[in-house]
Amino acid sequence: MEPLLSVRDLKMHFPVRGGLLLKSIGAVRAVDGVSLDIAPGETVGLVGESGCGKSTLGKAIVRLSNPTSGSIAFNGRDITKLGRHAMRPLRSDLQMIFQDPVESLNARLSVRQIIEEPLVIHSRGNSAWRRQRVDELLERVGLPKSAAERYPFEFSGGQRQRIGIARAIALEPKLIICDEPVSALDVSVQSQVLNLLLELQQEMGLSYLFIAHDLAVVKHISDRVAVMYLGKIVELADADTIYQNPRHAYTRALLSAIPEPDPRLRKKRILLEGDVPSPINPPAGSAFGHRIGHPRYEETIGMDLGLAELEPGHWVAADPCCLTPEDWEKARNSRS
Amino acid sequence: MSDEEPLLEVRDLITAFDTDAGLLRAVDQVSFQVKRGRTLGIVGESGCGKSVTAMSIIRLLPQPMGKVLEGQVMFKGRDLQKATDAEMRQVRGGEIGVIFQEPMTALNPVQRIGKQLSECFLLHTKMSRKEAWEASIEMLRLVRIPAPEQRIGDYPHQLSGGMRQRVDIAMALACKPDLVIADEPTTALDVTVQAQILDLMKQLQKDMGMSVILITHDLGVIAETCDEVVVMYAGRVVERAPVAAIFERPLHAYTRGLLDSMPKLDTPRKSVLPTIPGMVAGLADLVPGCRFCQRMGREGPVLRERPLFEEIHSGHWVETCPNCFEEPA
Ligand SMILES: Nc1ncnc2c1ncn2[C@@H]1O[C@H](COP(=O)(O)OP(=O)(O)OP(=O)(O)O)[C@@H](O)[C@H]1O
Ligand SMILES: Nc1ncnc2c1ncn2[C@@H]1O[C@H](COP(=O)(O)OP(=O)(O)OP(=O)(O)O)[C@@H](O)[C@H]1O
Ligand code: SF4
Ligand SMILES: [Mg+2]
Ligand SMILES: [Mg+2]
Repeated sequence: MEPLLSVRDLKMHFPVRGGLLLKSIGAVRAVDGVSLDIAPGETVGLVGESGCGKSTLGKAIVRLSNPTSGSIAFNGRDITKLGRHAMRPLRSDLQMIFQDPVESLNARLSVRQIIEEPLVIHSRGNSAWRRQRVDELLERVGLPKSAAERYPFEFSGGQRQRIGIARAIALEPKLIICDEPVSALDVSVQSQVLNLLLELQQEMGLSYLFIAHDLAVVKHISDRVAVMYLGKIVELADADTIYQNPRHAYTRALLSAIPEPDPRLRKKRILLEGDVPSPINPPAGSAFGHRIGHPRYEETIGMDLGLAELEPGHWVAADPCCLTPEDWEKARNSRS
Repeated sequence: MSDEEPLLEVRDLITAFDTDAGLLRAVDQVSFQVKRGRTLGIVGESGCGKSVTAMSIIRLLPQPMGKVLEGQVMFKGRDLQKATDAEMRQVRGGEIGVIFQEPMTALNPVQRIGKQLSECFLLHTKMSRKEAWEASIEMLRLVRIPAPEQRIGDYPHQLSGGMRQRVDIAMALACKPDLVIADEPTTALDVTVQAQILDLMKQLQKDMGMSVILITHDLGVIAETCDEVVVMYAGRVVERAPVAAIFERPLHAYTRGLLDSMPKLDTPRKSVLPTIPGMVAGLADLVPGCRFCQRMGREGPVLRERPLFEEIHSGHWVETCPNCFEEPA
């Protein structure tokens, strides 16, 4: 199937200033060569260490920022360089919801105005039609009609997230980038919001890029999962596979760090030693190999550490520091 | 109870907000203790009064609406409710470190993080400016901010969400407090950094006998770090027990509901997750009786009379509402 979204070798760098005089001393390579496809109706989960570039990637995809290089194709059309104006018709297909429903909702607007705004911007229907549409949307996300005339601060976190979702689906988008949409919610509300996202997906054939830290949540909602490390995707596979059979050393460390909701099973973690790498002037070779002080690190300088397909649909960075010797062999062969 | 005097004891705390609808109780007779070197977890759904409890302890309730109506907060033998504002300013950040729920409200957006961190040391220790700057870099390193020498010149918006949260943690731990009140400290962190931060806090606990009150909705984090757990619902403590008992023998229907709605790694993918039906009533509509029965749509005398809070097993307390309290077989 034609992918809905196709990202190729995307880079997003920010200048940094440092030292006492705050001179420009390099760049934060927040996203540093990411390629990723999302099929219609598919959910891809995106996980990785804090600061590895997940939000930056999400924002670049919906073109809230201008990528440094690489390309983004949506529905077969290259949108990498589209300006504000040219992007506008596409906004209806491409939405983003954020972790903090408070910060992302304009507190001075009523809930009706917030949900109606995209419909107004895109000149959908007349005011009577929009009125009815907002009522439908509220009902769809499980809020009472009376909510429309109230203001965001009058709602709990979970309710505000529902308002954000109602706004995001108002234009019937094809893809929603969900940046930690349930992180701030307590477990019972979190499960309600996850159920809602899954129902909407079934009804509307939506695709999601779902960014989160809770790996149980990501597994629950995703078809495939991408693991990011320091600006790059290091492993990508079917959700069940990646949890049952992780191949990259970082993915393994990540999975071992999941807090165990059973105090009897407080388990042995693979605690990551070494300095957390910085996206400012990152190591020349394997970033993870450098972090764990792997003996083969030197070899990886100048090496192409791009993804290799180990098994059908299971991609992993071809990096001798992060794979078992057998997998490294396999990865090398599959790439040649 | 125990022979050792607790570091902190909250007794029958009642906190209310002055609103258009009258004086509404957000915290309704909450009691618990924190022993030295121990971690107490507070869980419960959004709006159940966790943050208001924390803010009451350190006296940072929103003014002028928020008021502690009754109860004591005994910290190292003295009642913080009676301390002067100046004394409280020294306690906060000195003896009690606070990690606020919303990192952006704790950090000043127009000040470099290095300046903000240094302030903590300058205010609560005798360090020189230069020493404070060095100590700040060291703190950033401890909370695993990469390249701290460079990051120290950043403004908050230049950091990722998780990094901002770690700066906040660094501020709270900077002066090596006796008690840390951490309100959702790791929600924006990935699991590996979360594990490191929790480890760091454990280390400080071991080295300095620091106590922690950890407010979180992540039951996994509770299971891994807490000694004792307080489960709050609608302003009240419905269950309080050692951590193992909460997970193995939850006695209150609400606690069980929370545990069930958490997705686990072996939950079938994309299946419908269990949820707790209904919604917490607004503060103005809460009944004097069992509030979880109210949510479940039950009626009758259970809604009128407050259930007793009883010790069923040693150290395991629960509201013994006839509908919600159940001993597992
Ligand atoms: N506007 C900006 N200016 C400079 N650096 C930035 C900017 N936005 C992001 N960065 C940097 O880019 C890197 C990636 O940040 P990003 O917010 O994408 O991380 P993340 O993976 O979403 O992390 P988290 O899980 O903590 O939200 C970080 O080092 C961050 O400091
Ligand atoms: N400034 C205020 N004025 C009126 N009511 C308030 C105010 N601040 C909090 N409340 C109310 O007090 C109750 C408890 O709120 P609190 O912030 O303690 O919840 P919480 O348990 O920390 O929730 P969360 O998990 O969402 O952080 C809520 O019903 C809330 O609406
Ligand atoms: S520790 Fe820092 S932020 Fe906290 S009260 Fe002291 S100076 Fe203020
Ligand atoms: Mg982010
Ligand atoms: Mg709170």
